[in-house]
Order: sequence, then C-alpha cells, then structure tokens
Amino acid sequence: MNILSAKNMKFVKDPLMDNNPISVQVLGICSALAVTVQMKTAVVMSLAVIFVLSSSSLIISLIRNKLPSQIRIIVELAIIASLVILVDQILKAYLYDISKQLSVFVGLIITNCIVLGRAEAFALQQKPFASWLDGIGNALGYSMFLLAVAFGRELLGSGTLFGYHIIPESFYAAGYQNMGLMVLAPGAFILLGLIIWLQRAVTGTVSE
Amino acid sequence: MYSNAYILRFAAIITIVCGVLLASAATLLKPMQQENIQTDIKKNILKAVSLLDTEREYSKLEILDLFDQRMTSIVVNPGGEVLPGLKAEDVNPAEEPDLLPIYLLKDDADEVLAYCIPIDGKGLWSTIHGYLALESDLITVRGVTFYDHGETPGLGGEISQQWFQDNFTGKKILDESENLVSVTIAKGQVRDDAKGKEHLVDGISGATLTGDGINKFLREDLGRYNPYFDKLRNQDQNEVVS
Repeated sequence: MNILSAKNMKFVKDPLMDNNPISVQVLGICSALAVTVQMKTAVVMSLAVIFVLSSSSLIISLIRNKLPSQIRIIVELAIIASLVILVDQILKAYLYDISKQLSVFVGLIITNCIVLGRAEAFALQQKPFASWLDGIGNALGYSMFLLAVAFGRELLGSGTLFGYHIIPESFYAAGYQNMGLMVLAPGAFILLGLIIWLQRAVTGTVSE
Repeated sequence: MYSNAYILRFAAIITIVCGVLLASAATLLKPMQQENIQTDIKKNILKAVSLLDTEREYSKLEILDLFDQRMTSIVVNPGGEVLPGLKAEDVNPAEEPDLLPIYLLKDDADEVLAYCIPIDGKGLWSTIHGYLALESDLITVRGVTFYDHGETPGLGGEISQQWFQDNFTGKKILDESENLVSVTIAKGQVRDDAKGKEHLVDGISGATLTGDGINKFLREDLGRYNPYFDKLRNQDQNEVVS
C-alpha cells in the first residue's frame, strides 16, 4: 500500500478546502472565536486539536470492530475526554501562561463538534490509517481558519503578531489606531465571514 | 448484538485504561504544575506592587530573582500584632485563618514602599484568588491582581484582564474620617460626578455577581488586616506630632 496514494492524500486535502469543517460544515465555531485574539493561543489551540483529533480517530478506528454500538457514544467521549485532559495537564506543566489564557477552551475541545463528528462519521467505518489521516486533515482545516482569523485579529486589533509589534510607530504618529472591534468576539465573526466569502468566491462553492 | 456481559466488560476496560492513563499523567506532571503555580503567585504579588512592566514577559528565573531580591514578608494576627519569626511561606491561610501574611516591598533604606495582602473569596461560580497592594500611606491602592478563578470567560473572567485591574490603582480604602470603606465595584462605568468616586471602580457589564462577590471578600479581607494597618497609621501620625 502506498502511503502517499491519491486516495490517502484526499483524506487530508478534502477537509482543507472543499469540505472544511469550519467554513463549509460550520462546526467548532465557538472555540474558533474565543482563542483567536492572539496568534500564540491560536497556534497552541491548533496543535492541541491536531493531537486530539488525530489520536481519537486513530484509537476509535482501532477498536471499531470490538465497540458495542449501544455504548459507542459514551466510549468515544471517554476517549476524547481523556486525550483532552492529557493535553490540558501537559500545557499546565510546560506552557502555564498560555494554558491560563486558553482557560476553559482546551477543556471544551471535548465538546468540539468536529472531534465527535469525525469519530461518528468516519473513524467508526474506516481503517485506522485512513482515520488518522482524516483526523489530521480536519484538524488542519480547522487550524487553517483559526490561524487566518487570529492573524487578522491580532494584526488589526493590537498591531502585533506573536506579541511583536508589526505596525511601525510612525503609523500611529500619523493617526493610525488599533481596531478595538477586532479584539472582541464580533471582530472574529466579521473576519470569519469575509474569509468564507473569499473562499467561496475562489472555489465557486454554493451551498444549496 | 452484543451481550450485556460483553458491554459491561468493555466499559470496564475502557474506564480502567483511561483512568490509569490520566492518573499517572497527573501524578507525573504534578511537581512541575505546582512549581508553575508557585511562580505564578509570586508573579502576581510582584504585579500587585507594580514592580512588573505589563508590556513585557518575564521568564520564571527573572520572577523568582526579582521576588527574592525585593520582597520580604511578615505575619500578623487579627489583633494587629506582628508574630515574630514567621514568614508568609510558613503559613497556610486556608487552614489557619488567624495568621495573616503580608508581603512587603522595601527600598534600599529599609522603608516599606508597599504592603501586599492576599485577597480571596467566592465570586459567582468559583473561588477567586488575588492580591491587593497598598501604598505606604496604607490608604491608597497601589495595585490589584486576580489570578486564579473559574468565572465565565468574557464576562466574570474579565477580572483577570489588565484594564480592569488598572481601575483599582489610586483608589482609597478609607474615607475622610479614616473609616474603612474598602473599594467597591460599581455597576457599569463610574460617572465623573459620582459620590465617593475615590472608592468606586468601573464594573464589567454581565459580571455583576462576580463583582458583588469581590466587593464582599475585599471588604472582609481588608477588615481583618485593618487592626494592624490602623496601628501603623497611628504610629505615623504620632511621629509627625512629636
């Protein structure tokens, strides 16, 4: 079996554009709005979701033939919740400040519709490797939007990227001001809407 | 279809595997997490006495060094007497409510520049922990921090934001006749012509109950320390008179 076969690559590529969990399926919006004020939190959140989603899809796919369907949802949740708590504990030990900024949103990965959605829709029927790729693909699709929104929000809202000042002082002297709206939740909605618009204009997708 | 016995067995195995995994992770990571929490507490004390530049990030070592260099501590009792030989690290306020730690920021001449006391109590959903620092006049608030809480992010959670904590700086905890009135979080923005403006800070809309909780424990905590602070204030006055 070729690891990089066209079929396998499709599992990763599909959720990036044509079937993106955020822009097309509109899942996982809550956390996408909450953690995108800064690039730093968005990156850590993205990594956490990539780890949780790929691992949960892999594990659930591995046990899919032994998993009694009557209790499958609760077992899936137990696995997802364990992975998320693990991530949360590791963040608290190694990245304490960021974990404080992310506060409950790491824990809320448990309820992120994308994770349970991929487990139910994909990992329960597919082979482990395909499920793992599907998990990575969907998490990357989510991360892509998270980072794009965070990029816009931090640059326009605070004039910084990763905490470093990007907008030169001379701009401020000339009357430029940071856009306070971008730091608040509505700023994320507006940016997300614009990005989805842009994406659909490029790909020509129309939802029916 | 699976038999009930199979389902129960399956559920038991999943529970045990997840449980063991999480328990061992928590045990292994605990020492590091504790260390982070201790550093964070020291960072918040330094922040309350405004030794930290809010624009900059500090490494763990910088925090610990700065704390060791600049901060000392004493322990007082509710009667206002200093308990000799005790340091803030030696007491656990949760278990011994009668031992009140105070962190002191001193200048090179050993004069106290700021007094920093722990403040904690119930907010809306959770116990809020923080520090409040007073200037050397023991009336003016030098700074405040709230660091550990479980309030709703975006609403009550805003208390950990810099803009909210900055509101407290410069407020007075005593009225003109030297009675303790504490500092109160108002509903919404404090108007410029509001009565008792020097005791009021801007509230957070959507976080009234969190604010009420803070008002309550702030007054209580300041009340417990007040006998000692009163003693110091009177001492100062006597010195001026003589």
